[in-house]
Amino acid sequence: MSKKFRRNRIELPIGPQHPSLKEPASFRITLEGEKVVNAVIGVGYNHRGLEKACESRNYIQDLYLIERVCGICSHTHSTAFCQGIEELAGITIPRRAAYIRVMVAELERLHSHLLWLGVAAHEIGFDTMFMYTWRDREKVLDILAEVCGNRVNYGINTIGGVRRDVDEAMLQNMSKMADALESQVKYYLDLALTETTLSARLAGVGKLSYEDALRFGVVGPVARSAGIAYDIRVTEPYAAYGDIPVDLVTDTREDVLGRTVVRIKEMLVSLNIIRFCIKNLPDGDIAVKAPLRIPAGEVISRTEAPRGENIHYIRSNGTDKPDRVRVRAPSEANWRGVKHMLEGGYLADVPITIAAIDPCYSCTDRAIVIDSGSGTEVKDWQSLRQYSISWYKKQGIDVSAVKIPERKYY
Amino acid sequence: MLLSLFRILVFPGLIFLAAYALLCEYIDRKVYARLQNRMGPPWYQPLADFLKLLGKETIIPADANRSMFQILPVISLSSVAAAFIYVPVLGASAVHSFEGDLIVVLYFLTIPTMCEFLGGWYSRSVYSTIGSVRTLTQMFAYEVPLFMALLAPALIAKTWSVTGMTSFYSEHPLYILFNIPAFFTALIAVQGKLERAPFDSPEAETEIVSGALVEYSGKLLALFRMSMDCELVVMASLISAIYLPFVTGMVILDFVLYFAKTLAVLLVLTLMRAATARLRVDQMVNFCWKFLTPAAILQIILDLLIRGWLAV
Repeated sequence: MSKKFRRNRIELPIGPQHPSLKEPASFRITLEGEKVVNAVIGVGYNHRGLEKACESRNYIQDLYLIERVCGICSHTHSTAFCQGIEELAGITIPRRAAYIRVMVAELERLHSHLLWLGVAAHEIGFDTMFMYTWRDREKVLDILAEVCGNRVNYGINTIGGVRRDVDEAMLQNMSKMADALESQVKYYLDLALTETTLSARLAGVGKLSYEDALRFGVVGPVARSAGIAYDIRVTEPYAAYGDIPVDLVTDTREDVLGRTVVRIKEMLVSLNIIRFCIKNLPDGDIAVKAPLRIPAGEVISRTEAPRGENIHYIRSNGTDKPDRVRVRAPSEANWRGVKHMLEGGYLADVPITIAAIDPCYSCTDRAIVIDSGSGTEVKDWQSLRQYSISWYKKQGIDVSAVKIPERKYY
Repeated sequence: MLLSLFRILVFPGLIFLAAYALLCEYIDRKVYARLQNRMGPPWYQPLADFLKLLGKETIIPADANRSMFQILPVISLSSVAAAFIYVPVLGASAVHSFEGDLIVVLYFLTIPTMCEFLGGWYSRSVYSTIGSVRTLTQMFAYEVPLFMALLAPALIAKTWSVTGMTSFYSEHPLYILFNIPAFFTALIAVQGKLERAPFDSPEAETEIVSGALVEYSGKLLALFRMSMDCELVVMASLISAIYLPFVTGMVILDFVLYFAKTLAVLLVLTLMRAATARLRVDQMVNFCWKFLTPAAILQIILDLLIRGWLAV
């Protein structure tokens, strides 16, 4: 256990493995008593090289990869990716497909926010609320399983539309679920605003003012809780959001309580959107045929993920494989503010402050070169292979005879 | 001599205490789970946990003070068991009693908290150090209102013996009503003593993993957990002996009544745990000094006035 006592300061490592973290990330918290004086954040334990892997697969194969950028908000990533390619190929998807995309997106937002609410409650030791919200989340997951065939990683998007149609029975179940969930969500809103221990732990914690939110460029509920009215569904409607009335929820509390209230209210908005879609679902096809080779060009496609603005950049060179794919997941934008939110707070508030941006580590981690001035070097594939062969030789193992097939991954 | 040994070791002493502690842990966990819409554990789960921990490898950190690290759980459990000797189980009779045993019980019940603090301190881990400091900080907050709330009824009963207080109040049941504020004060303060939500910041899982006991494992952790469970039973018994001193005089009925009273106290504690979020340690200290301590002081003033009025 590394430990430094300097001027009554304690350095407390939270992570990479810690009960409050759902994925590995490192927070080195310097404490003076219970006060946080410094926080050093290290992400990068979950790098999977998805962007690079996309370049060596065709667009249809990439859909499967992009769907797996995030386990919770997988639909929003595949929507952004499909939208981008559809724009490059000049395809307009059928209205019915756009509505189904919106419905699944809002179901996803519901289950993501319910999940977040449970995690947040657990971080402040309120396990009863954690169990309640996760119980209610099951209702949403059941509907998602019915509509998409999967509880997570829905696999409903395809280039040119959606892969599965919804029928009357699904819509009825969906509206039943919406009615049942609405009273629960209203109860959580009431709880967040009136329960004393809950508001004692959430109010005034992890402050991020309007100016700071703009300065750090945070997105999603974190920005909206600071009063920034910014929601891609409203500011730049995509899919069927142009037809659908979306209430933009903002709050002026600028703290974790504000983020909680924004998320709970957004669940109510999502329920209304789902109801609107059920009522106004147009008839027609669910997909149009898309070409395998996408015309050369580049595109930026944005969607509103449950965690905030999600940006995909795709560059095509006219073949069936993309030239470059860049995924800016919302957590990547929200990280910037975390250090500022943590410093000056209490140790007890560290887990909830981190949780309040609803971080998604694996969506965020990218290959980065750290401290390139002092001995760190970037190796290409061949020299890395040579290095490993010589390393094993020193151990007495000769692996140079092993042949690896030539593949153009690296 | 043999009978005393039986009473100290078997009933209502150590073995009964341990068995009832495991039952109480089960009820606590089961009710907590049902309140949260979960299934909860089967009845033998606490025993299974205990036995499994006994069979696990005990790891002692390299930096830790070995002898202190090993002896603290034993001291903790034995002091709780010693406290139970003076708490009445059957009617108004404890295993042993003398004038002033209330003070001894409270003293014995402070030792497990101190053991936890020292255990965390000697572990030399940064999480357990922070947990220890929180344990101690919290102790200074709940100890004063808890002691005052438990001592206030003694003013009316004019005795410092738990057994004496139980028999006094069972003879004058109406006086119990005066002590209702102290009853609730004690119930809330006990939640801090037992480190349960909303006062569980010393072992906050999501912040400092599990606080002072983070480095404990195997047999030593089993003993510490057992002493926590026993502490819960002793506190519930003490509270029901002082604030719910209903005695029938018949052994079997008294035995049933003992379970009814302690389980009622336990259910209130479980409900409190299920319905609240964890307070920060500074919020906890604020709450105890701003609300609980004044309530306990008012109770003492009230009881002094009644005592004066009775003397007239």
